[in-house]
Amino acid sequence: MKQQAVGVTPSTTAEDLVRGRNRQLTRRRRTIWLLSVLVVLMFAVTLMFGKTFYPPGEVIRVIRGEEVPGASFTVGRLRLPRAVLAVLVGLCLGIGGVTFQTMLRNPLASPDIIGISSGASAAAAFAIVILSLGGAAVSAFAIVAGLGIALLVYLLSFKSGVVGTRLILIGIGVAAMLESITSYILTQAAEWDLRDAMRWLTGSLNGAAWGQVIPVLAALLVLGPVLLGQSRNLATLRLGDDAASALGVRVDRTRLILVISAVGLIAFATAAAGPIAFVAFLAGPIAARIMTSGGSLLVPAALVAALLVLVADFSGQYLFGTRFPVGVVTGALGAPYLVYLIIRTNSRGRSL
Amino acid sequence: MTAEPQAVASGVAAMRRPKRLRFVWLLVVLAVLVVLMLASVTIGTRDVDWSDVVAAFGGSTDGFGQASVAKRIPRTLLAVLAGAALGMSGAVMQGVTRNPLADPGILGVNMGASLAVVTGMAYFGLSTATGYIWVAIGGAAATAVFVFLVGSLGRGGPTPLKLALAGAATSAALASFITAVVLPRNDIAGGVRSWQIGGVGGGTFASVQQVLPFLIAGFLICLLSARALNSLALGEELAAGLGERVAVARGAAALGAVVLCGATTAVTGPIGFVGLVVPHACRLLVGVDHRWLLPFSAAVGAALLTGADVLGRLLIRPAEMDVGIITALIGAPFFIYIVRRQKVREL
Repeated sequence: MKQQAVGVTPSTTAEDLVRGRNRQLTRRRRTIWLLSVLVVLMFAVTLMFGKTFYPPGEVIRVIRGEEVPGASFTVGRLRLPRAVLAVLVGLCLGIGGVTFQTMLRNPLASPDIIGISSGASAAAAFAIVILSLGGAAVSAFAIVAGLGIALLVYLLSFKSGVVGTRLILIGIGVAAMLESITSYILTQAAEWDLRDAMRWLTGSLNGAAWGQVIPVLAALLVLGPVLLGQSRNLATLRLGDDAASALGVRVDRTRLILVISAVGLIAFATAAAGPIAFVAFLAGPIAARIMTSGGSLLVPAALVAALLVLVADFSGQYLFGTRFPVGVVTGALGAPYLVYLIIRTNSRGRSL
Repeated sequence: MTAEPQAVASGVAAMRRPKRLRFVWLLVVLAVLVVLMLASVTIGTRDVDWSDVVAAFGGSTDGFGQASVAKRIPRTLLAVLAGAALGMSGAVMQGVTRNPLADPGILGVNMGASLAVVTGMAYFGLSTATGYIWVAIGGAAATAVFVFLVGSLGRGGPTPLKLALAGAATSAALASFITAVVLPRNDIAGGVRSWQIGGVGGGTFASVQQVLPFLIAGFLICLLSARALNSLALGEELAAGLGERVAVARGAAALGAVVLCGATTAVTGPIGFVGLVVPHACRLLVGVDHRWLLPFSAAVGAALLTGADVLGRLLIRPAEMDVGIITALIGAPFFIYIVRRQKVREL
C-alpha cells in the first residue's frame, strides 16, 4: 500500500509538502514584517505627536543630528531616548518572557509572575536607594538578583522533579516577599515622592535618557542573538526533557543558557525602566494568537512586546488627561487578560 | 515553638486532642499574647520605665514616657483586634473553600477592599472611618465572590492552584486599578499612601471604636458557623447528608470572614499572610475542630500581629518597619512550605 502510494504520487506529495511549508514560511515572514512595520510606525508616531506636533521632515533632521529650534530639544532630548528605550525594553521583555513560557510550557510561567522581575526590581531599588549606586552597577545588581531568584524558585520547587504548577505557586510566594522588600526600601527613601516610587512598583519611562538606553542596547545585542540561536533547541525542549535529549539536545546546557540569557534581558530592562507590568507575560500569548502558522515565537513576541510598550507609553502620556506611567497602562490591560486566561483554561477543564 | 515537633509527632491524634491539652494551649497562647501586648506598649523609639507604663495605664500622660505609652495603647489594641480578625478570617476561608492556601491576602480580598476604599476616597469624597469600613466590606465581598467563581470553574472545583492563581491575578489587576485611581489625584495620594502602608501604627481609640462593632459582628457570625464548617469539611455531599444546608452555611461563614477582613483592611490597609499562617499553626495545636480552631486562630493571629508590630519597631530602631512587610517576610516562606508539602495531584 505504502510503496504503491509513494510510487504513484511521489512528486506531488513532496511538492505539496514543500508548497505548504513555503506558504507557511511566507505567511510567517509576512506577519513578522507587518509587526515590524507597526513598531516602526508607532515609533514614528511617538516622535512626532505629543503636546506639540513636529512634521516628519523636522524629526528626521533632528535624528540626522541637525540643529532644529524647538524640535532638537523636544524630539532629540525628550522623545527620542524615551521611544528608543521603550522599543528596547519591549524587545528584551518579550524575548525573555516567551523564553520562559516556552521552556516551562506554561503561559503563566513568565518572569513577572514567578518573581524574577520582582527580584530584579527589589535589587535595583536596593542599589539605588540604600547603596546610592547608579548606571551599570544597578544593572549588575538587578541581573545578579534576577538570576539568584530564578535559581531559588527553581530549587524551592524541586521535589523529585520540577512541576510547572508548583513552580508557579512558589514563584508567586517569592514574588510577594520580594514586593514587600521593595516597598520597605521605598519607604526608606524619604525624598522620593509617590510618583518616583511608582517607577519601582509599576515601571515607567519618565525621564528616559541615553545613559539608560546604552546598557539595555548592549544586553539586547549580546543576549538576543544567543537566545535566537537557541530557538531550535527551545522548540525541541517543548517536547519534554526525555524526548529532547533523545533528539540530541543537551537539555541541561540548553536550559542553563536559556535561563541566564532570558534573565539577563529581563534584568537589564527592569533596571532601566522598572518592572513594566505584564509585558513579558502578555507578549507570548498574543504572539501565539497572531502567528497561526507555528514556528518560533521569539521574534514575534519581542515585536509584540515592543509595540505594547510603545502604545501603552504613548496612550499613558496623552490619552487620559493625566500622565500614567507605562506600567499602569500595561498592568490595567494585562491583569484582566490574565484573569481571562485563567477563566478560559479553567472552564475548559484543562489543567494549567 | 518547642512543642511543635511533639504536635507533629502525634499526627492523626491531632484530630482528637484531649480537652485538657487544648486548655493548656489556650492558656499558653493567651499568656504569650499578654506578654506581647505588654512589650508592645513598652518597646518603641523612646525607652520608658515600668513606672511610666503603670502611670499611663492609670490615664496619666505626664512627661514624654507616659505620653508615648498612652499613644501605644490604642495601637496595641488595634494590632490585637486586626490580628484576631485576620487570623479567624483566614481559618474560615480555608474551611469554606477547603483549601490550605486560602487567605484574604492571597485570594485578593484585601486588595478588593483597598480598591473600594481608594475609589471611595477619590470619587465619592469618602472620608469617615465608618464609610471606609462599609465600602471596604462591599469591595471585599465582591472580590471574594469573583475569585471563588473564577477559581472553581471547570473540573475538580476550587483546587488550591486554581484559587491561588485566580486570587493572584485578581489582586494584580486590582493593584493596577488602584494605581490608576490614585496617580491622577495628587490631593488624595498622600492620604492613600499613608493608609496603604499605615499598618497599625496610626491606631487611635476612635478608629478602634469605629471598627469594633463590625469586628464583633464578624466574630459572632464566624463562631456561629463553626459547627457548619466542621460538616463542610467532610465534603459537600456528606455535609448535605448530615442535614447541613450547604449553600447557606457557606454563604454565612464567608460573609463573616469577609466582614472581618474588609473591616480590618479599612482601618489598617492591606496586611497579608496572617490569615494563611495562623490557621495552619493552630491546627497543629488544637486539631481540626473549627469550634476550637476559630477562637484559637483569633488568639494566635492577635499574638502574631502584635509580635510583628513589636518586631517592626525593634528591627530598625529608631525607625519603624511596616507590620505588613514583617508578616509578608514571615508568611511567604510559610506559603512556599505549604506548596511544597502538597502533592502535585492536589494542586
